[in-house]
Amino acid sequence: MSKEVVIRAENISKLYHLGQVGTGTLSHDLKRWWARTRGKEDPYLKVGVENDRTKKSDSEYAWALKDINFDVHAGDTLGIIGRNGAGKSTLLKILSRVTAPTQGAIKIKGRIASLLEVGTGFHPELTGKENIYMNGAILGMTRKEIDRKFDEIVDFAGVELYINTPVKRYSSGMYVRLAFAVAAHLEPEILIVDEVLAVGDAEFQKKCLGKMGDVASHGRTIIFVSHNMQAVQSLCKSAIYLKAGQLQAAGQTEKVINNYLSKEIKNCLERKWEEAEAPGNDLIKLLSAELLPQFTDVSEQIMVTTPIEVAFSFRVYKAMHINLSFLLYTASGTCIFNVGTESKELKPGTYHSVLKIPANLLNDDIYTINLLFVKDTSVIIFGKEDLLTFEVFDIVREGNWYGKWLGAIRPDLDFSIT
Amino acid sequence: MAHKTNDVGNWDTVITSGRGNLDFNLKELWQYRDLLMMFVKKDIITVYKQTILGPVWFVVQPLLTSLMFLVVFNSIANISTGAVPPILFYLIGTTLWNYFADTLNTTSKTFTDNASIFGKVYFPRIILPISKVVSGFIKFLIQFSLFAVLLLYYVFVSKSIMPNWYLLLTPLWLLVIILMSLAFGIIITSLTTKYRDLIFLVAFGVQLAMYATPVIIPLSEVHGRKKIFFLVNPLTSLFEAIKYGLLGKGEFDAGWLLYSVVFTIVFLVLGIFIFNKVEKRFIDTV
Repeated sequence: MSKEVVIRAENISKLYHLGQVGTGTLSHDLKRWWARTRGKEDPYLKVGVENDRTKKSDSEYAWALKDINFDVHAGDTLGIIGRNGAGKSTLLKILSRVTAPTQGAIKIKGRIASLLEVGTGFHPELTGKENIYMNGAILGMTRKEIDRKFDEIVDFAGVELYINTPVKRYSSGMYVRLAFAVAAHLEPEILIVDEVLAVGDAEFQKKCLGKMGDVASHGRTIIFVSHNMQAVQSLCKSAIYLKAGQLQAAGQTEKVINNYLSKEIKNCLERKWEEAEAPGNDLIKLLSAELLPQFTDVSEQIMVTTPIEVAFSFRVYKAMHINLSFLLYTASGTCIFNVGTESKELKPGTYHSVLKIPANLLNDDIYTINLLFVKDTSVIIFGKEDLLTFEVFDIVREGNWYGKWLGAIRPDLDFSIT
Repeated sequence: MAHKTNDVGNWDTVITSGRGNLDFNLKELWQYRDLLMMFVKKDIITVYKQTILGPVWFVVQPLLTSLMFLVVFNSIANISTGAVPPILFYLIGTTLWNYFADTLNTTSKTFTDNASIFGKVYFPRIILPISKVVSGFIKFLIQFSLFAVLLLYYVFVSKSIMPNWYLLLTPLWLLVIILMSLAFGIIITSLTTKYRDLIFLVAFGVQLAMYATPVIIPLSEVHGRKKIFFLVNPLTSLFEAIKYGLLGKGEFDAGWLLYSVVFTIVFLVLGIFIFNKVEKRFIDTV
C-alpha cells in the first residue's frame, strides 16, 4: 500500500432537500442568507436526518452521505457497494463533479473520466463520425486524441458502413455499440464506472466488463459502483460499503462483501406461532414454516446449487378434504411456480408438510413464498403471503461473464456438443 | 485507512462545496476548447439539416422581417427612418436585435435544456453558453454579409449613404453586445434552476425590449421624455453607434456608450459569479 494516493475523500457529506423543490425554498434561502450574513451556521445543516427512506421523517432534509472518508491508491480498482439508496449514486455524482458535496472535499490526482451512461451528448441528426467527436469531447478527449483513435473506435463498434449516416437511422444496437466504443477508448488515469453500464444484453455486458478488466490490468485506477457482488468481487481489489449514507466498511473486497451480505440480506427463513396467535381461521391455522437449505459445505449460503426443503406445520379443526398450494415468487413479483399437494381427507389434528426444491432449479434472486390451503380442490380457505423470504446466490462461475444469468429458472439440463 | 506520508499535497483537482468563490478557470476552459468547437459545429449543422435551402434560411429570416417592418411600420404606420433608406435601417436593426435576443434566449436555458448532459458528465458548464454565443455570432456574420452587400449598393451605386471612420469601432460595439447577451443569459439561467418563474418573464420581456431599442424607430425620431426610456436601455447607444459608423446616420454619444460598457462589465462579472455558484449544485434542484 505504499503507492501514491490518487483520490482522497475527506468528510464528504451531502444534504438533500426532501419533497418538492421550489415550494418553500425561497423562505429557506432567505433564512440561510440571513444566518450567513450574521456569521452563523446554516440552520438547515443541523436538521438533516439519517437517510433511511423506510422511515417517515419530520425533517425536510436528509443526509444522502455523511462523513465519508476513503483513499484510493494508484492502480487500485475500488468497488462501491450498498443497497439502492445507500448513497452510491450520490458519491458517484460528487466524484464525477456533477454535483458538489455539502461539506468535505475530494482531492484528485490525474485526469479523471466518468462513465455514468454511454452516448452522453449524442445528437440524432449528427453522423456517426460527428457523434464520435462530440461524445469524445464531452468525455474529455481532445480532438487529437480522437483523431488518433478514430479508426480503432469505428472498428470496435463495427459501423464503418454507416459512419457518415445520421445516428437517428442507426439500429439501437449499432447506436449503443458506437456509444460504448467511444467510452471504451477513453484513456484517463482514473475511470469511474456506474453499473448501469453493465445492464443491457449479455453481449454488451461482457464487452463492457471485459474492457474494464483490460483497463484495470493496464495499471489505471478504476472506481466501480454496483450491487452485483459477482462483478465487484471479480473486478475489484478493494471495496467500500455504504449504508444509509454512511461508510460501513472499507478494505479488501471479500471482507467488505461478507460484511455487506451479513447486514443487508434480511432473510426470513423461519416463522413459528403459538396456537392463539397463529394466522388462520376456525377451520385451519398455520403453526410454523421453515426453510431448510441442504448445505453440502460450510459456507451456509443458499446457492443456485443448494437443494432446499420447506417445512410447514398446521392444525386442522374440522374434518375436510384439504390440499396445500405452494407459490414461489421472485422479489419483483414474478411467479416462478405453483405446486400443490394431493387433496387428502384430514381429521382434526396437527400435520406436517415438506416441499423439496432440487438443486439447480432456481436462478439467483430473492424469493418469497406464499402458501394457500384449499378445500375440496376448489375453495381457498386460507392463504398467507410473504411467508418466508430467502435469497439464492450465484455460484462462482467460470469464464468471463459476470452478468445476471437470464431466465426465471436455471435448470442444469443435459446439453452438450458432440 | 492510515494516511501515509506519500500525500505530497499537490492535487490536480479538489472538489469541495465551494461556496461563493469567484474562480473563472481560464486554463481549464482552454483545455476544453475542442468541446467548445464541437458544440458550435453541432449548433450550426443541426439547425438546417434535412432542409433544401440549408444556411440560406439564415438570411431569409431577417430579410422577411425587414420587409414586414417596411410594410407595417414604414408604409402603413408612416414611421420615418430618418435619412436612411428604410430597408437598410430595418435590416441592420433586426440583424443586431435577432443576435442579441436569440443569444439571450438560448443561453438563458443553458441549465434546464442541458440537465441530462450536465447530470452525467463534468465539463466547465460555461462552455455551453459560450458555444451558443459563438454559433449565434456565426449566424450573425452570415446575416450581416447580406446587409453589407446592400450597404455597398447604397454607397457605391445609389450613393445615398456615406459611412465614416467610426465604422472601425463596430467590432468593439459588437463585442459589448455579445458580452451583454451572455451576461443576461447566464444570470437568468442560474436564477431559473430553482425558480422557473423568470422564464416566462424573460420571453415576454425580450419581446417588449425591442420596442425600447432603436430597431424600428431611430433614436433621432424619439422626442421628449420618451427618449430617456431608450437611453437607459444599454443596447440603444450601441445600436446607434454601429449605425452611425456604417450608415453615417445615428447618434454617437460617448457618455451613454461608456454607460453601456460599464453596465455590461458589471453584469458579466455578476453573471460569472452567480453561474459559478449555481453550476456546482444545480443538478440537485433542476
